[in-house]
Amino acid sequence: MIGIHNITKTYAGNTVLNIEHLEIPKGDSFGLVGNNGAGKTTLFSALLDLIRPTTGYIENSGIKVSESEDWKAITSAFIDETFLIGYLTAEEYFYFIGELRGQNKADVDALLAGFEDFFHGEILGQKKYLRDLSKGNQKKAGIVAALIGNPEVIILDEPFANLDPTTQIRLKKIIKELAADPNVTVLVSSHDLMHVTEVCERIVVLDKGEVVKDLVTSEETLKELEEHFNK
Amino acid sequence: MFKHFISLQWKSFWRSASASSGVWMKIFMGFWAVYFILMMMGGSFIAYKYINKELCLDPLEVVSRFLIYWWAFDLIFRYALQKMPIINITPLLILPFTKNKIVSFALGKTMLSFFNIIHAFFFVPFSVLLITEGNASLLNILLWNIGLIGLVYANNFLNILLNNKDSLIYGVGGVMAVLGGLHYFGYFDITQYTAPFFQGLYESQFLFVVPIVAAVGFYIIAFKSFVKDLYLDAGLATKSKTAKTENLEWLDRFGKTAVFLKNDIKLIKRNKRAKTTVLVSALFLFYGLLFFTGAVEAYEGPVWKIFAGIFVSGGFLMSFGQFVPSWDSSYYPLMMSQNIKYREYLSSKWWLMVIATFISTILASGYLYFGWEAYLAVIVGAVYNMGMNSHVVLWAGAYVKTPIDLTSNKKAFGDKQSFNIKTLMLSLPKLALPMILYAIGHYAYSPYAGYALVALAGIAGFAFRNMVFDKIERIYRTEKYKTIWAYKQKK
Repeated sequence: MIGIHNITKTYAGNTVLNIEHLEIPKGDSFGLVGNNGAGKTTLFSALLDLIRPTTGYIENSGIKVSESEDWKAITSAFIDETFLIGYLTAEEYFYFIGELRGQNKADVDALLAGFEDFFHGEILGQKKYLRDLSKGNQKKAGIVAALIGNPEVIILDEPFANLDPTTQIRLKKIIKELAADPNVTVLVSSHDLMHVTEVCERIVVLDKGEVVKDLVTSEETLKELEEHFNK
Repeated sequence: MFKHFISLQWKSFWRSASASSGVWMKIFMGFWAVYFILMMMGGSFIAYKYINKELCLDPLEVVSRFLIYWWAFDLIFRYALQKMPIINITPLLILPFTKNKIVSFALGKTMLSFFNIIHAFFFVPFSVLLITEGNASLLNILLWNIGLIGLVYANNFLNILLNNKDSLIYGVGGVMAVLGGLHYFGYFDITQYTAPFFQGLYESQFLFVVPIVAAVGFYIIAFKSFVKDLYLDAGLATKSKTAKTENLEWLDRFGKTAVFLKNDIKLIKRNKRAKTTVLVSALFLFYGLLFFTGAVEAYEGPVWKIFAGIFVSGGFLMSFGQFVPSWDSSYYPLMMSQNIKYREYLSSKWWLMVIATFISTILASGYLYFGWEAYLAVIVGAVYNMGMNSHVVLWAGAYVKTPIDLTSNKKAFGDKQSFNIKTLMLSLPKLALPMILYAIGHYAYSPYAGYALVALAGIAGFAFRNMVFDKIERIYRTEKYKTIWAYKQKK
């Protein structure tokens, strides 16, 4: 589904990303962990063609992301607050994304109904613009917006950060359900080893831009990760 | 302690992304500062000479009479433009500074503001003239100036107190407008009642104490209320308005473009910066008065009519359009990773400008008062704006990489992008080309030939629309990564 080929990204002589080859098959649930500055967000931004890699290329469903934009129809993401439109209410934002992804209001409403628990009454029907919501609630809105329109590739950067414990648990359930769908590829990054091992079938550890571990999740994975980061 | 504050200020000025990235910006700001200073100084000489020689009146008396308007105008001007000193206080709150120190620094900083100093450039030369040529008494002029300084600083602190009290300032503005109107038409002259006070600052030797006391009083009140409000949920809180979900379904007839059009309309309605821009563009509607009434001699030439026409109908296009796509800068990565065709995005912005130009043209029908030829210039200008300038503006926008903070009015006037060489070059066809075309038609044949040529150029622009859009699309695409990067640089 996603192929990363000889990707490097260099800023002023400083290489922040260097991945020779990484293949993420369709239906995978892929977790990315690493310390600050390991290159997680850089990699995700490159996947979305938001930054141009210094060398190499990325393919999404066989389409080179920097050459054609056809991958956008099947891909969605929530990286940070620059994916929110601050002056819209949550509903307006969902409908806007829906319209861009070919979903009418009823479609969006139907999808949102399934997230009532997740929203916990703090997103819909609020008399607030997104810019005035708390960080956690902004994140909830952004994550759900990324699920509109049946995307086949979903990229979430640090989805657990800033969320309260109840919401974290609900989010894990949502991601697991998505991962169970063989047509949906989920890419998640996190600082929380426990969350990632719980929701992802495969975990890649980045360190200074390079892949240092590529694990299929099992009983021992958490331990192995903890040991790695405890060095 | 103050040493720390000052070094923080110094760093925040020089290290802000926009300052360090743009020598041009500094030159540009410097240019405006010098311009204003020269205007003020020149104004003081001209005012003195004019009143003295032409009107044969006492300059001091005349100026004193109108100082009430000066005072009100200064307050309104400050309210609109002067920044509040609260920014960046939050990280200091928990450090071992006393709140009094923080506040006195913040207030002290405002005292050095350009808004206070600029007045000196008028009053100092004016006072020198009064003493050397008008034989005014040195001591009294000094007292008069001290009184005025008191008034300037009273305004300075009053402005801080008035912050975010829109209704009050509109009240002051409204009252002054009404009084000015009554004065102009000779019904009621407020200056009769206020002039003795301002004149008194000169004549009496103690009246200057009043403005000083007022300034000190406002300082103390501002200080106290500031200290009291130095909490995250009080004075430092960001205010949020209650939001209302809007559908704007009537726009759906525009098809795919409507998705963005709806968003743009919400953007304009809900963001301070965008609202200000629309307001400014509405002011352009009145710009034509300078030309069609013959108020300014330099604008008498026939070619200037088309210049006016372009500005009157194209205010929105010029002021809003020049910042496309920066209006979407805060969520540009979203736009770039969504399933959006650049063409639809561009054409929605294009439609917005065309619709606004159309509305401006209708609103400008008031120019029919000056004869239908004046209005014809506006209509021809509108055709040129829709056909040519709308494309040129979008094209220039592709090179604009200044992020816009939608929620604040900071930098609403004069941005470093206005000094971008590429956008400067592209502004030539916006104004110069239609004027040249008109001149050719006008002098070779007749005024109508001139209008026809300009209108034809506009229509030709429509014909090339697809080609131009292709070109713009390509630029947008190649500039995409740079733009995303630049928009991430806040401040």
